[in-house]
Amino acid sequence: MDLKRMGNQTVVFANPPVILSSYSIVGPKEGEGPLGKTFSKVWQDQLHGEKSWELAERKMLQEAMQGAIDQAGIPKEQIDFMLAGDLLNQIISSNFAARQIGLPFIGLYGACSTMALSMAVGSMLIDGGFARNVLVGVSSHHDTAERQFRSPTEQGTQRAMSAQWTVTGAGSLLLGRSGVGPRITSATLGRVVDYAETDIGNMGSAMAPAVADTILNHLTDLQRKPSDYDLIASGDLGTVGLALAGEVLKRSGMDMGTGFSDCGVMIFDSSQDVHAGASGCGCSAVVFAGNIMQRIKAGELKRFLLVGSGALHSSTSALQGESIPSIGHAVVIEA
Amino acid sequence: MANQNLRQPSISVTPEQYKQLAQQYTPKPTVVKNVVRAFIVGGVICAIGQIFINLFVTFGLARIEAATAATATMIFLGALLTGLGIYDEIGKFGGAGSIVPVTGFANSIVAPAMEFKREGYVLGVGAKLFTVAGPVLVYGIATSIVVGIVYYFLH
Repeated sequence: MDLKRMGNQTVVFANPPVILSSYSIVGPKEGEGPLGKTFSKVWQDQLHGEKSWELAERKMLQEAMQGAIDQAGIPKEQIDFMLAGDLLNQIISSNFAARQIGLPFIGLYGACSTMALSMAVGSMLIDGGFARNVLVGVSSHHDTAERQFRSPTEQGTQRAMSAQWTVTGAGSLLLGRSGVGPRITSATLGRVVDYAETDIGNMGSAMAPAVADTILNHLTDLQRKPSDYDLIASGDLGTVGLALAGEVLKRSGMDMGTGFSDCGVMIFDSSQDVHAGASGCGCSAVVFAGNIMQRIKAGELKRFLLVGSGALHSSTSALQGESIPSIGHAVVIEA
Repeated sequence: MANQNLRQPSISVTPEQYKQLAQQYTPKPTVVKNVVRAFIVGGVICAIGQIFINLFVTFGLARIEAATAATATMIFLGALLTGLGIYDEIGKFGGAGSIVPVTGFANSIVAPAMEFKREGYVLGVGAKLFTVAGPVLVYGIATSIVVGIVYYFLH
């Protein structure tokens, strides 16, 4: 059998899956940000008429995934799997969204890297011949994440300068075996890397080595250099993590040049008081489904690398003094 | 790394070197700004408390009773401002200046109460009410017991 593997940890698709549609929904703060116009829908408030933030998040995810199905105009009978994940315990937003959508469901958890992870796994399902079309999507909600990982939202505390702001947003893509659209050509699944960062107020620093490791392996596996990409964007290291990842890569002999950015840096501007940028599954999902997809379709980006970055700790492990194990997953999207 | 026999990370930076790098790249807390703001906000809160004490005294309360009434008033105001979604903004600006006074204590009780109402009144509000204030109460009361015992034997 002809293996579709290259190097240490990269898969190259023989028949690259097509991104048939993309849909993104964000909360009001994200809507006010510099990418506000690129999202499919902006909610006017964090609850959107629901009784709790958790209900709002799962509704946001469900609407985004339904939006991707409707936009592609593909009947549900031809969609073989739904892949989804979020940040809440037991990925409940995804579980409840899957209950409403009703497709065979694979729940994924990769923290903030889940969008890239779902794109990689979805593409493998399609290229492996197990599915015709796969629906992928993720969500995060600022207030649900805040109460699960940190303190009550009305608590009067100060956030660290290195802290990142969890995005309220849900993004979804419909991947297909054939059709018109950008293609996912290869994916590098990351390893868990832990460089002993214990500060949950500094996730960018915890995740940067994992992202650098994945990028390095990706480029080595495919014998490419950073300039082979029009843009490489991590999601979401924030300003601190992005600078650290760039420095780590430089010291490892890989100068990233100017085409290296981060979804968590792109989605907010400095006047929005988010400190080191954004985080949350929804961040890279909506930036990709909105801004990046538009730029690929406009011909501005011919080859794009999304490197999802996830901090795989829990509030319990953090309280018990464990460091933050982190991961980076990379997917290549070509026009 | 847990298992040294596995393939090592490909990056050429050791955890020790990375620790230094991370320190270098992580923005420092804005200590001077925070201290000045905490001084102003904490001072304003205490000045308001003093205004209430003086008011209650002019209404005829004894000094010590006026102080108790003023504390109760400040707790009420802290709770009210939390409920209106204002106190967390004050806290973001004032830091310790708004956490240390009694209004901050009110905030730390009311914020979880609001937050966990959706999980029900028993296992939500009841169980989570003291998630933030709990440690303060536990160690505050424990310290007062120790001090009380020492005081008993010294006198």
